[in-house]
Amino acid sequence: MPRMIALRLLQMLVMLVLLSAVIWLLIGLMPGDPADLAIAADPRLGPEDAARLRALHGLDRPLSERYLAWASAVLGGQFGYSRLFSQPVTALLWPALWSSLALLGLALGLSAGIGIGLGVLAAARPRFAPGVDALAVLAQSTPSFWLGMLLIILFAVTLGWLPAGGAEGWTSLVLPVATLVVVNLAAYARHAASAMQEVLALPYVTTARAKGLSGATVLWRHAFPNAALPLLTVAALDAGSLVSGALVTETIFARPGMGKLIYDAIMGNDYNLALLALLLAAAVTMLATLAADMAQRWLDPRLSS
Amino acid sequence: MIRLRLGAGLLGGIALAALLAPAVAAFLGHDADLPDLFNRFAPPSLAHPLGTDDLGRDMLLRLLYGARVSLTVGLAVALAATGLGTALGLLAAWRGGWVDAVLMRLADGLLSLPALPLLVVLAAVDPARLGLPRGEASTDILRITVILTLFGWVGVARLARAAALSELAKDYVAAARVCGASEARLMWRHILPNISGPIVVAATLAVAGAILSESTLSFLGLGIAPPAASWGNMLSNAQELVFSAPLGAVWPGLAILLTVAGCSLLADGLRRRG
Repeated sequence: MPRMIALRLLQMLVMLVLLSAVIWLLIGLMPGDPADLAIAADPRLGPEDAARLRALHGLDRPLSERYLAWASAVLGGQFGYSRLFSQPVTALLWPALWSSLALLGLALGLSAGIGIGLGVLAAARPRFAPGVDALAVLAQSTPSFWLGMLLIILFAVTLGWLPAGGAEGWTSLVLPVATLVVVNLAAYARHAASAMQEVLALPYVTTARAKGLSGATVLWRHAFPNAALPLLTVAALDAGSLVSGALVTETIFARPGMGKLIYDAIMGNDYNLALLALLLAAAVTMLATLAADMAQRWLDPRLSS
Repeated sequence: MIRLRLGAGLLGGIALAALLAPAVAAFLGHDADLPDLFNRFAPPSLAHPLGTDDLGRDMLLRLLYGARVSLTVGLAVALAATGLGTALGLLAAWRGGWVDAVLMRLADGLLSLPALPLLVVLAAVDPARLGLPRGEASTDILRITVILTLFGWVGVARLARAAALSELAKDYVAAARVCGASEARLMWRHILPNISGPIVVAATLAVAGAILSESTLSFLGLGIAPPAASWGNMLSNAQELVFSAPLGAVWPGLAILLTVAGCSLLADGLRRRG
């Protein structure tokens, strides 16, 4: 197990290095460089000033040389500054990460809880199954940004009950969390339903019932733990889609966080911030996937052998 | 069976509506992309069945032309991703060894990354720097298709590999080899038809995923650029008007929802049938 974790961490490191090089190259292909932007912002600057600016900041050197310079600075603990916000990158990343983790943690917990509840209901009471199924198809097909807009129109514009965005107090969390929960709960509901249906048909469940145990005990104490394992796989695969969901919801609800930071940085040509924020988001996603994998192996030793 | 029919019916209806877009435009006598500033925010009427948007363009027409974009991107991505994924999955299963290891590590790596932020980076690349014209609807469609295919092949490849591995272990494969079938013939004529069931299901789901991703990118301003209509950029436009014209946000979202639900129902129906 420790050897496996070390191997996976090594893989992660290789992925991050590759990713940083690829993103660096892509950023080089984006429209507008800082010197162009400086010219556009100040009419007194001419083309020769732009050339001097480029030479001053090393923007005239080839992309690969600039990447190596950036990489050695980052490895030396120099993360640099954000051009868009005029602040050190680290001062922006940590608050954004915590804000996103709070949003995503809440959304993950609620969507797993509600989704699993619905799935178990569908398996234990077959007459609810078609309803849960239809709900799952509907939830899975809803574009998250559209749902967010509808919630804003209903609860913020029409009824005025909740704020349309921002990060003030817990009320600003309600609509973004609700959006993420609806979009994510379908996968849990479907997998919980099929896993529970499988387990409930096994002989040991019949034995438990025959012993005279109550329905709830059989369902939650005997059947559910065995059905819960595949749900961890769903959670592991879901880490990436949660981060994607954060980008959409944070942008719509104007909520500061990693998703909005990445989007704003890319749209605002803030290369250094965009690159570091993307790498941090990727690292957190991969760590979450690794943690879910490890939990699965710990709970089911058969997987390790 | 109900799912299959419902899904096929939904998708058929939407495809028909997309095909009929020019006919509807001729019948109503409007242009989907041309502003008409004297007719802004017109309420639904006979001339404008769903009303007009902030530039006086007919909402129904934009919805229908948006369907063409969404369906084109969805089908193109599904085709490309399924083709690439199946080929790489078969290659990994057949060749094994380091080819298999490299392809599957790559697939695992791509799956463990947050897709949307990376799609945003890819979509923000300036097509002019790659020698492509900027701002044309057909270039946008091609660009989005390529970007979504880069991430879309992974699921299909894993599925194809797993299915092909279990087929390759069967006796008929050995029998075909003994009869002198070439490896290419074996893969193409024997393995591929036998794993086509799950692959068709995956392709149907890929259509749904591509339509959702395209609309998300267009909504974020990185997909299909206006004035060409796409459901995503219609919603992005509607978001700015949430306070003045909230109803404009309803139709494009509903169109995405129905199309994606149609694909999932169809995929579910196909899976259950066998």
